[in-house]
Amino acid sequence: MCLGIPGRIITTGHDEGLRMGVVDFGGVRRDVCLAYVPECEAGDYVIVHVGFAISRVDEEEARRTLEVLRALDGGQALAGELGQ
Amino acid sequence: MKYLDEYRDPVVARRLLQEIHATATRPWTIMEVCGGQTHTIVRQGIDELLPDGLRMIHGPGCPVCVTPLELIDKALAIAARPEVIFTSYGDMLRVPGSHTDLLALKARGADVRVVYSPVDAVDLARRNPDRQVVFFAVGFETTAPANAMAVLRADALGLPNFGILVSHVLVPPAMTAILESPATRVQGFLAAGHVCAVMGWTEYEPLAARYRVPVVVTGFEPLDLLEGILMTVRQLEEGRHEVENQYARAVLRSGNTAAQDAIRRVFIVGDRTWRGIGPIPGSGLHLAPAFAAYDAETRFGVAALTAREHPHCVAGEILQGTKVPTDCRAYGTLCTPRTPLGAPMVSTEGTCAAFHNAGRRNDT
Amino acid sequence: MTAVDPLRATCPLPRAETEHVLLGHGSGGQLSAGLLRDLILPGLGAASPAGPAQDAAVLKLGDRELVMSTDSFVVSPLFFPGGDIGSLAVHGTVNDVAMMGAEPFALSAAFVIEEGFPLDVLRRVTESIGRAATAAGVPVVTGDTKVVGRGAADGLFVNTTGLGLRLPGAMPSADGARPGDAVVLSGPIGLHGTTVLSVREGLGFETDIASDTRPLHRLVRAMVEAVGPDLHALRDPTRGGLASAVNELAQASEVGVELDETVLPVPPAVAAACDLLGLDPLHVANEGCLVAFVAADRADRLLAAMRSVPEGAGAVRVGTVLDDRSGQVTVRTLLGARRVVDMLIGEQLPRIC
Repeated sequence: MCLGIPGRIITTGHDEGLRMGVVDFGGVRRDVCLAYVPECEAGDYVIVHVGFAISRVDEEEARRTLEVLRALDGGQALAGELGQ
Repeated sequence: MKYLDEYRDPVVARRLLQEIHATATRPWTIMEVCGGQTHTIVRQGIDELLPDGLRMIHGPGCPVCVTPLELIDKALAIAARPEVIFTSYGDMLRVPGSHTDLLALKARGADVRVVYSPVDAVDLARRNPDRQVVFFAVGFETTAPANAMAVLRADALGLPNFGILVSHVLVPPAMTAILESPATRVQGFLAAGHVCAVMGWTEYEPLAARYRVPVVVTGFEPLDLLEGILMTVRQLEEGRHEVENQYARAVLRSGNTAAQDAIRRVFIVGDRTWRGIGPIPGSGLHLAPAFAAYDAETRFGVAALTAREHPHCVAGEILQGTKVPTDCRAYGTLCTPRTPLGAPMVSTEGTCAAFHNAGRRNDT
Repeated sequence: MTAVDPLRATCPLPRAETEHVLLGHGSGGQLSAGLLRDLILPGLGAASPAGPAQDAAVLKLGDRELVMSTDSFVVSPLFFPGGDIGSLAVHGTVNDVAMMGAEPFALSAAFVIEEGFPLDVLRRVTESIGRAATAAGVPVVTGDTKVVGRGAADGLFVNTTGLGLRLPGAMPSADGARPGDAVVLSGPIGLHGTTVLSVREGLGFETDIASDTRPLHRLVRAMVEAVGPDLHALRDPTRGGLASAVNELAQASEVGVELDETVLPVPPAVAAACDLLGLDPLHVANEGCLVAFVAADRADRLLAAMRSVPEGAGAVRVGTVLDDRSGQVTVRTLLGARRVVDMLIGEQLPRIC
């Protein structure tokens, strides 16, 4: 359900009262409705589902999560190859 | 792409898998609620890399799959009308109704069009004032704000030729129904990250407490899934049953309040029948009275239509996690992605289609 | 527009579209294969010689082998970044002839034009055909023009037929793959399909990428010169993508094939578009790359030869033919698990939910 992809807001604007913007998804750009992320501006990353930004990507949180994941020490204890 | 590629790192994935193997000391059964998560699990073969006793059950989280047969038939009846431009997300076009599907109907001359976004359907209504434009509004909480905006937009622009056929469902009541089922084997949930991006996760707190099940809000990339599974296994091993958030980069506890407001303006909560499961009280969204004029069911007189499922199909048990596709005698023979008997074979997110596309055969 | 009533249909099965052609029948996937197998070939009966389905026919003329292929082009829109229906019509047929290990030497071009079609656009298309054929070094020697009433066709359709001669020592065939063969890909996948989707009405997204449409016969010549008969099978993965092409070869050759997902060259923008629309890059169309099955001990030599021509600069080994008769294609995933990769089923639909 709910294919949602992170993209970066390039520009913001309005279409007859509706807050819209152009969002770049790694080289692919599309008009996206920004009505539900009023706090987001150009440069922010948002999660986009069916042409709507549904949440802002918390870049600080994303960095922290990745650090935790990368710090996992798989070398110790049980090691060994898995499932292959 | 930033915020996707990092979460596909095979080295970190292997470390997470090792950690899961080290943490799980007993057999556990976890349900991932969302079809997008099922897609990643099966596509990457994650379930085959987990410890033997750790079982993933694929939940009812594919909106295409749980849309009841009679709503598909209603869609077909509306789309067949000559004055109608019927618009839908791509996934819905192949879903079998009682006798045909939208793609086949299109081949026979119906004006059926794929849209990427519901505002594109509103634009079609704006550009075709002499036609009726109907949008098939399926989905979970994630999609509800977008579909709500289509109605608000049509209303603001004064487009009486726009209508929506609503088949919205809500996740928490379905999780409750699964937990209430005597046959259930689910001991923990990966909650759907994007549903929670909209709704937050406070709804899951009473559920986790009452049924003593861990719930971990989880994202959709391989590392998200593996970390979500690890967090759930840790809770199970430690006897905890809390709501935790793996997908913190996109989900706040309170969710997206602007989106929730739009849902509440346009829709009201009501009962909904889930394909394969049956009616679940309070599990759906319907158009609020103020927007009843946009209800395609009443506009085109199809509200009373009913339908019955194919007898061989075990979609219900599969959606509830009590059977797997390879348990079904029609799977892979009578029922394939080309000739789906039931909903889980239709969407690539459906459990049966995900199994089939990954080459899981009856003998494996 | 005719009104249709689905509720009046009386078919006993919930889904069986057996009376009308679906768009998916032209998608190059399983529906296309089924149409050929169940309707077209039986219809032709004894008039159609048996043998594996190939991109082109090989006709023996004395001691020479003539290769013939035909293809119709119905792309919408007619012009897209990197090409147009004219250049595509030249490259598509040149490539189909080349996939039999042949050097194309002549083309035909036939047009079906809708009444009211702008002459200026027709001129641009024919000029594009001229440029593409000249660049490929393959003359257009005959042709045809038909005009149909407004509404009887969508603007412009183009058909091209190509003739070629097999290169000395070349014998690639759809059923030629053998256990142990290396699977080699000439360059990045997914560019054409993603580009055309991006400019198609309704989906409304923009990319900086362009179609990879280009002639591949010079690349094939370099490959044949390098490894000759050790080049066992060749195919350009057009509609249906790499997954469908490799499945066709695996089935025709009755061998299993394993691809390595970690080395598949998917350009970032293609990956992004596929993520956005929920598509699998393995199923997205290409018009400028080929997949080859070659004896394993000749793979390095073949790769070096491919990389020496511009069309093969990105050549990479992507898989291996297994020692089984399964006819099945599997992919080793990023995480090291295996999954089966099927042919595209019908029309490729953007997955939203």
